[in-house]
Amino acid sequence: MELNTMPNVSSPTPQNNNHSNMISYNLTHLRELEAEAIYIIREVAAQFENPVLMFSGGKDSITMLHLARKAFYPAKLPFPLLHVDTGHNFPETIAFRDALIKKIGAKLIVGYVQDSIDRGTATEETGLTASRIRLQTTTLLESLEKYKFDAALGGARRDEEKARAKERFFSHRDEFGQWDPKNQRPELWNLFNGKKNMGEHFRVFPLSNWTEMDIWQYILQEKVDIPSLYFAHERECVNRDGVILYKSEHLPEKEGEESKKLMVRFRTIGDMTSTGASISDADTLEKIITEVASTRTTERGGRADDKRSETSMEDRKKEGYF
Amino acid sequence: MNIDPKSYLDMDLLRFSTAGSVDDGKSTLIGRLLYDSKSIFEDQYETIKKTSERRGEEGVNLALLTDGLRAEREQGITIDVAYRYFATPKRKFIIADTPGHVQYTRNMVTGASTANLAIVLVDARKGFVEQSRRHLFIASLLSIPHIVICVNKMDLVDYKQEAFEKIKDDFEDFSSKLQTVDVEFVPVSALKGDNVVERSKNMDWYQGPTLMYLLENVHIASDHNRIDCRFPIQYVIRPQTDEYHDYRGYAGRIAGGVFKPGDEVMVLPSGFTSIIKSIDTFDGPVEEAYSPMSVTIRIEDDIDISRGDMLVRTNNVPEIGQDIDLMVCWLSRKKMIPRGKYMLKHTTNDMRCIIKNINYKLNINTLHRMEHETEIGMNDIARISVRTTKPLFNDKYRRNRITGSIILIEEGTNETVAAGMII
Repeated sequence: MELNTMPNVSSPTPQNNNHSNMISYNLTHLRELEAEAIYIIREVAAQFENPVLMFSGGKDSITMLHLARKAFYPAKLPFPLLHVDTGHNFPETIAFRDALIKKIGAKLIVGYVQDSIDRGTATEETGLTASRIRLQTTTLLESLEKYKFDAALGGARRDEEKARAKERFFSHRDEFGQWDPKNQRPELWNLFNGKKNMGEHFRVFPLSNWTEMDIWQYILQEKVDIPSLYFAHERECVNRDGVILYKSEHLPEKEGEESKKLMVRFRTIGDMTSTGASISDADTLEKIITEVASTRTTERGGRADDKRSETSMEDRKKEGYF
Repeated sequence: MNIDPKSYLDMDLLRFSTAGSVDDGKSTLIGRLLYDSKSIFEDQYETIKKTSERRGEEGVNLALLTDGLRAEREQGITIDVAYRYFATPKRKFIIADTPGHVQYTRNMVTGASTANLAIVLVDARKGFVEQSRRHLFIASLLSIPHIVICVNKMDLVDYKQEAFEKIKDDFEDFSSKLQTVDVEFVPVSALKGDNVVERSKNMDWYQGPTLMYLLENVHIASDHNRIDCRFPIQYVIRPQTDEYHDYRGYAGRIAGGVFKPGDEVMVLPSGFTSIIKSIDTFDGPVEEAYSPMSVTIRIEDDIDISRGDMLVRTNNVPEIGQDIDLMVCWLSRKKMIPRGKYMLKHTTNDMRCIIKNINYKLNINTLHRMEHETEIGMNDIARISVRTTKPLFNDKYRRNRITGSIILIEEGTNETVAAGMII
């Protein structure tokens, strides 16, 4: 049988690439990742009746929001944003979120973990390592059900954690919101199958192919605003099992533990009680990129929620976590 | 690693797939690429170091870096496509890492579908075996433009040139069936690091590039079709605000060719023609658009256009038809139903189709055609013809991987059951 590979097609009207002497149509890696993410966000708007964009106020969801605005420009976003608020967010994150929503005129829905606790559908953890990370899943699923969202766009990336390395762009969830890693739909080319039965929904991850470095470079290239927490600043912290935590009223106190002022920044912004800071003097995007390039630990290395066990992310995802 | 914060302006993106079985060193090779390019973090390295020690292994087992889900760690095999990322100052790389057993053909096909390049691993001791042929065939079937054959475990054949040359010769005999354009051979030892990132000191007889050099320098700009203008409409943008009252833009991703404002375009299926008024992006209008850019195109005339339609050039129109010949890879545990009805997805179009004929099933080890074989199950490759409920605007897969590919979806379960290439 005859099986050729792609014909080697040459450019009919070559264009000079500014960054090298090569004459070709070629996108930079950031432009290609951007084009892919925009394509996926538009697919979601086209294939689903009632999508929503998950927004946490962290750099990944801020990047997602930026891409979503690009996807539908000059129209407004054709879907609302959903923030699952643990009640333990950094005040800076909430202030940033509200200012951004106002600026772009988007619609924001907030699901409160506290409401789930009050309803009795979620139970607060106790003890020194108490966190509301696991409870977010309950509130998330309750919010998706309440508003009948059939697709939730999330900013998760495959490079974050090994359970995410096999996640699809279009990730099918059953009527309980669960992820079944052994029964995922194969994804080929750029054909995304968002077909589902009643009660099922999809999680969609347009940033799947991005790395932490890509996000930072893109934020720099696009001049995207991010919360001040990402930049080095002085803050009252405690060092607990090697994780530097922000001292706040939500952090359970440990006897004999002393807090001190440190020059820190956050690589990820999650729950105040479990997101570790890193000692840093990187107070500009350029310095952050240099720091990320030379850092020898993974981004989630500072997250106490992932330290619970080697498979804690995989277990949380199966239950319906992002 | 020192990186200039502005260096991203010069980087591009290469997607490659790797296929191999448990014991041919694929995981070690990927681990080596990640480790030697300094893409491994200390905490990741510490974890695998501890695991290696616990298992009583000699040295740090780099293969453990690519271990995925718990189910796989327990069984010690890779059962799905896993994606890995690393970057050098020149390029960002996306690896689609797939298992190589015959029962995982569907995963190899999935991983290969978006790849610019395929790495095929051959064990220097075993030579060019059935599995090597299968991997090459799948890379060729999926029209991966570049192939690198890594002859691995050279350390176990005392780095002798004969073993390498033998494999090259065996490949030449087989390659006539494939007509692949760009194939390179590199002798490596993933375990010891020879010719992966660092040049080997043990193989003076090899003057060619290292694997990393090839990955960083292979020319990928021409992997896209720049001749046949194809723009599948994905979404219609109508702001309906005071400022953009009459704005009507067609959003989508360029699937082929180069579009410019002023170009005459034809809308399929209606056949109406118009002129491109502007090509818009959030960052302002652009002078030209080519794949894989996502843009919004506006045209001069008010024509009814919706998702699933396609903009093309009047003098270069794709095939338009309802009888489609396909090579398919069957992905589902449930067998193909002859004369069965399935949903079909092609670019931004959805329709239904009926399996009209199963021409033959292919033995992917011998490439022998098994005519009159009508039982098509998971991992089988077959040539079939289908009839669709509406016309498909398509190109042959070999000419355009985007407008030439389809998937079949089972009604009821909504499962993706087949991947198809138009021939």
